[in-house]
Amino acid sequence: MRPISENLNCGLQSSIDMSSFFKKRVATFEHGIHPDYHKETGSLPIQRLPFAPKLYVPLSQHVGKPAIAIVRVGQEVLRGEVIAKADGMFSLPIHAPATGIVEAILPVPSDSGAMEMAIIIRVYQADGQEIRVRNPQNLDGLTGVALAMIMQQIGVAGKGGAVFPTHAKLIPPNGCVIDTLIVNGSECEPFLTCDHRIMVERAQHIMTGIDFARRVCGAPRAIIGVEDNKPDAIAALTAALPGDGSVTVKVVETKYPQGAAETLTYTLLGREVPVGKRSSSIGVVMNNVMTMAYVGKLLPLGEGMTERVVTVAGPAVDRPGNYIVPLGTPLHFLLDSVGAKSRAKEVILGGPMMGIAIASLDTPVTKGVCGVLAFGKKDDTEQRTYPCIHCGKCVKACPKKLNPTQMGMLAAKREYELMADQFFLAECFECGCCSYVCPSHIPLVQQFRVAKSFLKDRKTAA
Amino acid sequence: MGTAYSMLVTAAFMACLGGLLAFFLSIASKRLYVYEDPRIDLVEELLPHANCGACGTAGCRNFAEQTVAGQIEPASCTVNTAEQNKHIAALLGVAMGNVEKRVARLACAGGHHVAKMRARYRGLTSCRAASVAGGGGKNCSWGCLGLGDCADVCNFDAIVIDRHGLPVVDLAKCTACGDCVDICPKNLFFIHGVTKKLWIACRNEDEPDAAEAACEVACTACGRCVVDGTPELIRLEKNLAVIDYEKNALDNRVAIERCPTGAIVWFEGGLTFKGKSAKKIIRIESLPAPLEV
Repeated sequence: MRPISENLNCGLQSSIDMSSFFKKRVATFEHGIHPDYHKETGSLPIQRLPFAPKLYVPLSQHVGKPAIAIVRVGQEVLRGEVIAKADGMFSLPIHAPATGIVEAILPVPSDSGAMEMAIIIRVYQADGQEIRVRNPQNLDGLTGVALAMIMQQIGVAGKGGAVFPTHAKLIPPNGCVIDTLIVNGSECEPFLTCDHRIMVERAQHIMTGIDFARRVCGAPRAIIGVEDNKPDAIAALTAALPGDGSVTVKVVETKYPQGAAETLTYTLLGREVPVGKRSSSIGVVMNNVMTMAYVGKLLPLGEGMTERVVTVAGPAVDRPGNYIVPLGTPLHFLLDSVGAKSRAKEVILGGPMMGIAIASLDTPVTKGVCGVLAFGKKDDTEQRTYPCIHCGKCVKACPKKLNPTQMGMLAAKREYELMADQFFLAECFECGCCSYVCPSHIPLVQQFRVAKSFLKDRKTAA
Repeated sequence: MGTAYSMLVTAAFMACLGGLLAFFLSIASKRLYVYEDPRIDLVEELLPHANCGACGTAGCRNFAEQTVAGQIEPASCTVNTAEQNKHIAALLGVAMGNVEKRVARLACAGGHHVAKMRARYRGLTSCRAASVAGGGGKNCSWGCLGLGDCADVCNFDAIVIDRHGLPVVDLAKCTACGDCVDICPKNLFFIHGVTKKLWIACRNEDEPDAAEAACEVACTACGRCVVDGTPELIRLEKNLAVIDYEKNALDNRVAIERCPTGAIVWFEGGLTFKGKSAKKIIRIESLPAPLEV
């Protein structure tokens, strides 16, 4: 492979296309890792979970301004009713995930650790819990911003974990022309299989969603990128493809982090996003398959987002699988229902590579939670951190071709500005490959998160 | 023959080049000479070279320039002793000035013995790392995590983490440089003049019940200090008592006496005092407990 020294200046030399040199059979990107995938739940059908007695529905389940609560304490809400309205363009409304009574509006723990305002709903246990409020609208012939505005009302945010409001993501910024809609079906995180099951079971919804998304962003074609370890998903999608050939399924190599926006764009189109720019600047908009499936399911019916599919897995879970979970379900109820509560010692929201370990089981499931992983007690020998031996494994693993070795040493010296200015800290999307391969067990990604958090604080203070 | 000749030529050439450059340099040093007050160097000699920025200038050299120019008083250097600053004042023939000593204060008293934990944090030993990973293990999401980022960045060894997992500021060593203020992910450090004696050692903005459930020394916004203290000195804001330091002249110790949790404290003579009504289980003695090894 290329000498390490070539990689010092971030990923600018990627025009040297090594994949053609090695004649790889399946499209992929450079670097990355192959962790143990643990995708056992991928063969189990999606099941429905019961409603928790109380749902904690946070007002901020998306990136952007939090929604504004429009219900009073003591008010009865119907499933599907809007309980908080969007505050501007980059915000989303929140719909009641169950029929019940608003018990309080209080701060509850969030995955970031801070307390966030939430509407607490006491669920009517005897109620059938059908969707009671729908607001279907005539969508014929609507395109662009007009369709996006209706899409905002169903409250769908990116289901991959970034939770950017989908309607806002699809509208191309001024001066940008979107030529390709990429639909991300390469669920590369270990354990997670919710996207996989969605592709197998709801391929038709995905196609409808893609149709709506293309009408908003104006992309003439759409590509669904699926990793080659999901043959049943590829078959289901291929069978559901529309006849005109505008949507294609492309098989990509199973490799982590194939499902990251940057790497999948590179794998499918060979394009890279310039430093500091957004993917729209290279004519690409990317959405998760589950986002598309929910847009396709909810938009024609005018239904609000009230539930989502979540992978619950991990060694401490008795009945792992993919469950339809009402939004706002507290994790202690979720783990109880799958028989994990007593054994779970470590609970992670999201995948094991990029997910966040949470500090409180009162944290609710929100629109961005794709997985809940529970781990039991680990052997008590805590991994000791050794000094960096400059082996360069992290440099070889980094899909963004950054230099984690240098950045790690700078972080230890708290040289955060230098990391940002000369080593492109902001380009790191925290995939965790560097920490994973480090033979000295240096928590590199954590150090980068610290650096980013510090610089963000300083920026807001200045 | 040829070798000796070429050596000679080389030597002569280098000598000429050296002479020429020396000539230009001597002219340049005369023509481009900038007069600088020799006292600046003298003052700089007397400064601690900590470049900490506590005085508000860009560093010790900048401080020396500003003192000589009369823009800042010698006493503004908080790292020097009064004796050393007197030297500077005598050298420049100016008054030393009277700058109040300032120190860093921590707005949290919730050590491991009084604050409840909801989870155990494992990972990089850094408060900011813990704070990014789910806010740390403390039930109170506002409180001190006690992993010692502040002690780590302090250039003067003025901060140590005590046995309860709280940073203790050594008032004698603290120069009010503000590094701990910058680094704290929960923004709990504040630089304060020592004449400001009342202090709220809590930043928990949660509902009073939730705050008290999370930590025994939390401010529950009961309002007793507001009533007891001099009118308009203390007010309630976001479930916290807030002291208006503009009216600092009005402060008195009465305000702390009825505080049920001891969240409002009184600093005097290097010690911290809590009101007599504060619960007995919490440490009544000085708030940043002295380190016991």
